[in-house]
Amino acid sequence: MSNVVLEVRDLGINFGGLRAVDGLNIDVEKNQLYGLIGPNGAGKTTVFNMLTGVYEPSDGTIKLNGELLNKKKPHEIARKGVSRTFQNIRLFKNLTVLENVLIALDTQADYSILTGVLKLPKFFRQEKEMEEEAMRLLAVFGLDSDAHTLARNLPYGKQRELEIVRALGTHPKLLLLDEPAAGMNPQETQSLMDAIETLRNTFDISVLLIEHDMKLVMGICEKITVINYGTLLACGTPEEIQTNPQVIKAYLGE
Amino acid sequence: MNQKFKKQLLTDVLTVVIGYVVLTVLMRTGVINDYIKGILLMACINIVLTVSLNITSGFLGELALGHAGFMAVGAYASALFSKSIGLIPAVEFPVAILIGGFAALIAGYIVSIPALRLKGDYLAIITLAAGEIIRNILKNLDIIGGTKGYTGIPGYTTFAWAYFVAVICIFASKSLIQSRHGRSIISIREDEIAAEASGVDTNRYKIIGFIFSAFFAGVGGALYAHYLRFLQPGIFTLNKSIEILVMVVLGGMGSIRGSVISAVILTVLPELLRGFSDYRMLVYSLALIIMMLAKHSDKLKLLLGKLQPAALRKETGHE
Repeated sequence: MSNVVLEVRDLGINFGGLRAVDGLNIDVEKNQLYGLIGPNGAGKTTVFNMLTGVYEPSDGTIKLNGELLNKKKPHEIARKGVSRTFQNIRLFKNLTVLENVLIALDTQADYSILTGVLKLPKFFRQEKEMEEEAMRLLAVFGLDSDAHTLARNLPYGKQRELEIVRALGTHPKLLLLDEPAAGMNPQETQSLMDAIETLRNTFDISVLLIEHDMKLVMGICEKITVINYGTLLACGTPEEIQTNPQVIKAYLGE
Repeated sequence: MNQKFKKQLLTDVLTVVIGYVVLTVLMRTGVINDYIKGILLMACINIVLTVSLNITSGFLGELALGHAGFMAVGAYASALFSKSIGLIPAVEFPVAILIGGFAALIAGYIVSIPALRLKGDYLAIITLAAGEIIRNILKNLDIIGGTKGYTGIPGYTTFAWAYFVAVICIFASKSLIQSRHGRSIISIREDEIAAEASGVDTNRYKIIGFIFSAFFAGVGGALYAHYLRFLQPGIFTLNKSIEILVMVVLGGMGSIRGSVISAVILTVLPELLRGFSDYRMLVYSLALIIMMLAKHSDKLKLLLGKLQPAALRKETGHE
């Protein structure tokens, strides 16, 4: 068995007559930072939606550590170890920062409804464990001091970070980040880059990210796939991508 | 957490007991006469119905218009049981209440299967239809009296029963909301797509919210049946569902305390307005409009916020 965590083969999807993604192959290795880039409308987010079960692929296979993920429901895929953030932030806005993470940490608790309603000792024990774990995760981004703030009252940058923390809550093997640096200033982007590398090392996960900020992508990704019109344009190291004439053509025109 | 919870529990239990003792003393001494006692009893039943509907409408975030239907299932099921079985009331009534609750729970589960596929307006229509279907089935069942009504139900519902069942309903709902299951239910309201991506089995938690809500609607129905001692399908129309929904909305979606307060206010208010005789419902509607407007007035909120002790302010809610 190789150390490929995510293996995507011949992935394709049709929306009516439109072939949004066609014949895509991606191999994300263990502990790898992988970039998925492409011009607007290339199908990047569609790929994410297929990987997380939001859309069902028309053809092709998605395997996580050799296990087929096609046709699984989003929450099953999340529990198998693929978690994600969203291009336009989707937090549980009226809940506290802590509660946002606790919802994702649900995977580690197993007390029953009756235990929860009757508040038996197991409830307190597991809730305490969950809360400690949540605080530990929040501390990665320094969000632990905001634990009891409502998510909607967080500044934009912190909301993006909270979304990443929540995604870590399901203890993923593969983390999908959809434009994590969108709307961030250069300093915030820099600290985000550092944070992504840190969490990759601390949590021993692979990261697949969509990003338009080339400084971020070229700076931290070890491998990059470029797609255009839903098909593979190029795949390689940042240096190879930067000098690839087809990529330059797709981004800048002739 | 554990310590904080114990303190909270102690205050809650103390409030409940003191409340009960005060009310009983007032009833014994005749300060509260039978008429007021009846209104208070109805208020307790309405608390059960309102708090339970708030689980689906406020916390799960789905507009449900079939609450009266589940209430009817609970009312008839429990009445059927207590009329045909002759045990001592102290044993028979709690069993009847549970039977009412579980009958409604089963009905809720059946309704949730098609209802889960839809959301928003469509779900509202399905639940509305479910309520009407239940009412029409009851109308055509001769063993429970059909349209003529079901008479001779033993009058087991005393104030004490209604009071303590309401307390149990409030505690159970609050407790559910504060558990991992409650958080998952709320996450569906907040953002269903994000909830799924965070590993929440949204279908499962929708069913849990739905049947929990139906169970207590049935319990409320059981109390109601053994208080009125007479049931008729005509009681459980869409109007009844709307009436409960109004209480939920006035109290605040996703606020259990609000539900309790508004259930009491909206039970007492129509009685206070009896002096207006023919114009009673007109004044009642006006009062409702004024209350809803006042609820959204920032000045009033500020004023209420100042009156409220700081410990009470935090509550999960959304507008």
